[in-house]
Amino acid sequence: MTELQLNGESIAVEAIETTPLAYVLRNECGIKSVKLGCEAEQCGACTVLADDRPVPSCTLALSDASERRLTTLEGLAKGDVLSAVQNALLTSNASQCGYCLSGIAVAAYALFQSNAHPTHNNIVNALDGHLCRCGAHPRVIRALEQLAK
Amino acid sequence: MSNLPGSLIRTPDLDRWIAIENDGSIIVSTGKVELGQGILTAIQLIAAEELDVDPDQIHVRSAETGITPNEMVTAGSMSVETSGAAVRQACAWARRLMLSEVSDDPAQLEVSNGIVTGPGLNAPTSYTEIQAGTPFKFQIVDPTQEKDPSKYKVLGRDNHVRIDLEDKIRGVGVFVHDLEFPDMLHARIIRPPSYHHRLKSVDLTQIEAPDLGFVDGSFIAVMSTDEYRATRLAESVGNMAIWTQTREIPADNPLPDYLVAHETSAFPILDNVPQDVPPRSLTTAINAVYSRPYLMHGSLGPSAAAAHLVDGILTVWSPSQGIELIRHTLAQLLAMDAKTIRVIYIQGAGCYGHNAADDATVDAALCARAAPGRPVLLKWSRADEHQWEPYGPAMRVGMGANLSDRGDVDLWTHDVWSFSHVGRPAPGRTGMDIVAAWHLNNGFEPNEPAPRLGSESGIHRNALPIYEISDQQVVKRFVSDSPLRTSALRSLGAQCNVFAIESFMDELALAANTDPVTFRLRHLQDTRAIAVLQRVVELAGGVSGSRGIGLAQYKNRQCYAAVVAEVIVDTTTAEVRVTHLWIAADAGRVVDRDGLTNQLEGGAIQALSWCLKEAVAFDRNGITSRDWETYPILRFSEIPLVETDVIDRPQLESLGAGEATQGPTSGALANAIYAATSIRVRNMPFTPQHLREAAAD
Repeated sequence: MTELQLNGESIAVEAIETTPLAYVLRNECGIKSVKLGCEAEQCGACTVLADDRPVPSCTLALSDASERRLTTLEGLAKGDVLSAVQNALLTSNASQCGYCLSGIAVAAYALFQSNAHPTHNNIVNALDGHLCRCGAHPRVIRALEQLAK
Repeated sequence: MSNLPGSLIRTPDLDRWIAIENDGSIIVSTGKVELGQGILTAIQLIAAEELDVDPDQIHVRSAETGITPNEMVTAGSMSVETSGAAVRQACAWARRLMLSEVSDDPAQLEVSNGIVTGPGLNAPTSYTEIQAGTPFKFQIVDPTQEKDPSKYKVLGRDNHVRIDLEDKIRGVGVFVHDLEFPDMLHARIIRPPSYHHRLKSVDLTQIEAPDLGFVDGSFIAVMSTDEYRATRLAESVGNMAIWTQTREIPADNPLPDYLVAHETSAFPILDNVPQDVPPRSLTTAINAVYSRPYLMHGSLGPSAAAAHLVDGILTVWSPSQGIELIRHTLAQLLAMDAKTIRVIYIQGAGCYGHNAADDATVDAALCARAAPGRPVLLKWSRADEHQWEPYGPAMRVGMGANLSDRGDVDLWTHDVWSFSHVGRPAPGRTGMDIVAAWHLNNGFEPNEPAPRLGSESGIHRNALPIYEISDQQVVKRFVSDSPLRTSALRSLGAQCNVFAIESFMDELALAANTDPVTFRLRHLQDTRAIAVLQRVVELAGGVSGSRGIGLAQYKNRQCYAAVVAEVIVDTTTAEVRVTHLWIAADAGRVVDRDGLTNQLEGGAIQALSWCLKEAVAFDRNGITSRDWETYPILRFSEIPLVETDVIDRPQLESLGAGEATQGPTSGALANAIYAATSIRVRNMPFTPQHLREAAAD
């Protein structure tokens, strides 16, 4: 049994300690927002917050995640009320297929937590490890720049 | 011949398209699928407009064999044109039939938010009161009057939030990857090192119950209830597998040279159609050769599918663009009756054409057959996705022209060499273009590639110029034997053909000592093309400095798009940075303005990525670009400002727009690089190395 601090709750999971966090979240915790894209820290789709900082969960072993406060996309909304970052992305249609969206939203949330008025450069730097194949980047950037105003 | 939309001719039963539910909601069905392009939202808006109801009242049901109308493949930017037209007409009929129930003169009635009012009615009524729970039992044989576009309230506006997006931003597991069933097995496939390796031996004794594994020919699968364990098993079994290489991949010649050396057949295009006659032998004074390498679809989520075989009935959850095609392919490969196979569409990551979704679907079905009664969720690895997906084919385009004394083009030649752009499942053929089928003991060989001779198909898509040129010869040069597996990549041949045409137009403008916009306008007669070109120039405030322009009409019959690109080229590193893109488009009647803009912009950004960064790398022994480090794509820090303007033409038919900007963007980018550097880069990708080579020419 490993104890995880996940989205403000403490939960116990049964998985081998070397299992990457992304697998544990998806298959043991019902956290489907975390997407597997490359399993090599190259695409950002699996990003979660560990102690408020965005990290790829595809290579982070369960044993190394247990001491940290984890937040996923599911933890950003307060009940039905989306976080400001989620709402900005949604109302701007800042997505196409949406496979990369969760990782981007989580990273952007962390950015706005640390800086309520990020610049264009702050935004693209925060998202530079996130690949999007649909080309929705301009809308993501515009949505977040609007929010930063 | 009926002038009904084709989808309604195939499925005339109105109840297959629309149903009024007891709770007042309206179910509208489409055979097209959501790929991230926003089609379900477009269908919802079209239905809401025609019925005069709130869009929220419409629930769109998509793609399940035997349930929704069969609309073949979601491809070619055809969904708004075909399914949209069918849904509009079906809704017009539904409206007419419902109003006829309550009035002898239904044209006098008004509908607002689904509430019906007007002369002859004792009290307002509603669609729900008239029709809830009752099927229409009506066959559409003739078209009925549709709503006058001047009365549109919903279409053409940009205030719609995509209906599939809220679940995604909340993290609801809507993707095939997220499926979960009780007692489910996770499956992984162990692939050979290349197309030309076959299995010699593999040791599966390390797999112990309850885990499962099986070998069939060179097809190896492992399954476990624990997903991570399945990946570990796949790795350890893969490490133990011994393969024999049957031959090498031809990898020594540069692709443009390979294409010319291996030409199979040539077809001059006359009256829009390739003809089996010898091309004329023509000599031109100005000549240039352009090329692109193989490109990946590069879906962000590796391909996946689920399958479940119970009592001889196979249910498959698939992100395929063509659920009926894959259903019949499964029937052929598994020797099952297609009636016993049910395919339910479920979203994968964006596919941008024919990626490995069909391959994964077959893999899942094979695993489900090996574990009858158990639901199986099969996923590809990133490395397999990069190595085994069918790539967008390499292309070579040779352009030639003569200019008149006035500086007009009076002879134009366009020769385009490429491999087959269509490797979709083709049930009933002798071969099968599915990876697993090549590896099974009782499998299939790949189909012999054949040139497509229809209007605007694969290689010669957009090979005909949009420009008025009195004497022109456009030749499709088909190359059968591709070193790498290929299929349809978004826009097919159009991207490279338009890249070549639009680059060459600038080269000719320079030779004619005319600015590129004036030179284009002198060769244009199509007023919509002219309007789009002028609009983008206006939007950008001119095309001077380090800017370039590109123009095309997709397939010469769908959406018009013009693009201006602005670049900065680092004189030391020769790296190209795109700072700004301006896009103008005419897609006829606009359905969802923001959705349309999203497609135009996404296509443009994807084209920048292709042009600046991408090339499938391979050697004699296999594909060497197996991850995002070895196959880089455009990143957030490399994204330009993008401004888009759409010319709405509500009285005209909607034109598919999902593939409209790739070609014009590619041409605009190459032209901008020339404007900035005087280097004419003709070989994709426009990397520092290719810029230096072009500068040395």
